Amino acid sequence: MTGSWLKWARRRALLVAPVILLATFIVFGLLELVPGDLAVTLAGEAPSPERIAEIRATYGFDKPFLVQYLNWLGNVVQGDLSRSLLSGEPVVNSILNRLPNTLIVIFGALTLSLAMGIPLGVAAAVRPGSRIDQALATAVSLGVALPSFWLAMILVSIFALGLNWFPATGMVRLSTSIPEAISHAVLPSVALSVAGAATIARQLRSALVEILSSQYVRTLRAKGLSPGAILWQHGLKNASVTLLTVIGLQVNRLFSATVVVEVVFAIPGMGGLVVPAALAKDFPVVQGVVLTMAILNVTINFIIDGLIAYLDPRVALS
Amino acid sequence: MIDRPHPGKFGNALRWLIPWLRSDARAAVALFYLLALASLGVLASVVAPHSPTDQNLDTILVDPSWSHLMGTDDLGRDVFSRLLYGAPISLFASLLAVTIGFTIGVPIGVLAGFFGGHIDNIIGRIIETLSSFPGMVLAIAVTGALGIGLVNSMIAVGIVFSPEIARLARAQTQVVKNELYVDAARTMGAGTLRILWRHVLPNAMQPVIVQVTLLLAVALLVESSLSFLGLGVQPPAPSWGAMLARAYANMEVSPAQMYAPGIAILLTALAFNTLGESMRKALDPKLRIRSPR
Repeated sequence: MTGSWLKWARRRALLVAPVILLATFIVFGLLELVPGDLAVTLAGEAPSPERIAEIRATYGFDKPFLVQYLNWLGNVVQGDLSRSLLSGEPVVNSILNRLPNTLIVIFGALTLSLAMGIPLGVAAAVRPGSRIDQALATAVSLGVALPSFWLAMILVSIFALGLNWFPATGMVRLSTSIPEAISHAVLPSVALSVAGAATIARQLRSALVEILSSQYVRTLRAKGLSPGAILWQHGLKNASVTLLTVIGLQVNRLFSATVVVEVVFAIPGMGGLVVPAALAKDFPVVQGVVLTMAILNVTINFIIDGLIAYLDPRVALS
Repeated sequence: MIDRPHPGKFGNALRWLIPWLRSDARAAVALFYLLALASLGVLASVVAPHSPTDQNLDTILVDPSWSHLMGTDDLGRDVFSRLLYGAPISLFASLLAVTIGFTIGVPIGVLAGFFGGHIDNIIGRIIETLSSFPGMVLAIAVTGALGIGLVNSMIAVGIVFSPEIARLARAQTQVVKNELYVDAARTMGAGTLRILWRHVLPNAMQPVIVQVTLLLAVALLVESSLSFLGLGVQPPAPSWGAMLARAYANMEVSPAQMYAPGIAILLTALAFNTLGESMRKALDPKLRIRSPR
């Protein structure tokens, strides 16, 4: 079992490497989408010829595309994501400063999604077709269609500006003050978690319904095992693969949704970094953020796939 | 050949549409809502009580009344009228994004699935890489590169959707290309293009169309997010996301401003999802009752 898992992990890692390499190519290729003379565009409004020349030199626009890419890639591999065109700050520093704030919010949102989604999914699956099941199906449809940044605005207006229970904006480092950091992370995490909880509840329900109506569960029931024991020991164990798959998809979704929610809460995170950069055509920052998020996403999903293969040997053997 | 009257394309569509809507009241409500929204939006210049962009600084942030059904915004513009004028913009944006994703994704997916081998391997890697980017972040980056605005941002969203559509089209094509009727067509001398166009494409498309309907909801949510961030629809054009951006700026003065556009987005996304889920159920062979031929 462990042997086949190691083989699986090696094979899978060999598939991840080209994906990351191709991702760097796509991120660099973003610049090719810019209409007109790139150097002039990047230089901003009313640029001096020196500024244009400086940008041309920084990017090496006079060289062929592939050479430009390889130079850039060489720097990226050494941890140099170039500097912001606006602030002049190294992009790596901006990202390292802001990534922890984004990760706190995403971690909080994922935890809350699981804390809400799992009990709801179980409650719906225990009696399929019941009133609870139907009410939850409606709630799930609403949850999936709810724009998380709009929910964020509602939460701010009620719980921050109205009741004053939580701060409306900003973020505090865990290292500075743990209670402060948590109270800043609560509202954004709640705003992000609703759609995830809905998806988790829906997927867990359909996985559990299938498991609970299977032959071996019927056998367990016939042998006299209590419904609770069947649900917790056999149902959820078998549904864990589904759950992990959904978590993997949620991580990707959260990286997307957090960008907008961070703007609502004025959190200095990856979203607060990339949105103004995209508006101002500060491409080194945009490229850095996009690449970092893609690599994080690929890595997290690689780990989740590894757990799935570990839990379900059929995956490792396929 | 048996000679019998041809029902025609319209007849075919109705024969399929009416029983489907009859069997699923939610889908019927969702479709009715979307058609009503689209008609009201298109007829906004006739239906709307006010202009969506006329400012009246004497009546800013007034409460709902008979002359302003949903009140006015911080520039004295009628919220109800802006909502109506915003509807076709938001619907058009969603359709545009999904159409672009479909146009890029389907040919790529069908080719990869049909030919297999090296082509499939390369396309598969590209699909996997593009899906590894968080969609919104990639859309923001591509919009930033192309230049801000509604059309560019929806091109970006379409590009972000294309790998998902390609992946589904590829999987369906792999199933369909091994069907007996494809072999039969080939034996009868049909060329590759004809097989693809007449046999593979129509039979592989059903799940793709379901997915595309569900993606309309995603597109609407992404469009409103991008317009909220200032990357999509530009002022003074009334899009629902841009209205939320305005409401956000005035949140401390008038929090009620955020409700109307948010509810409009929620209901419309819900309608797209309801239609998509209902189509999925209607087309799912596991749920479909076998009809006698």
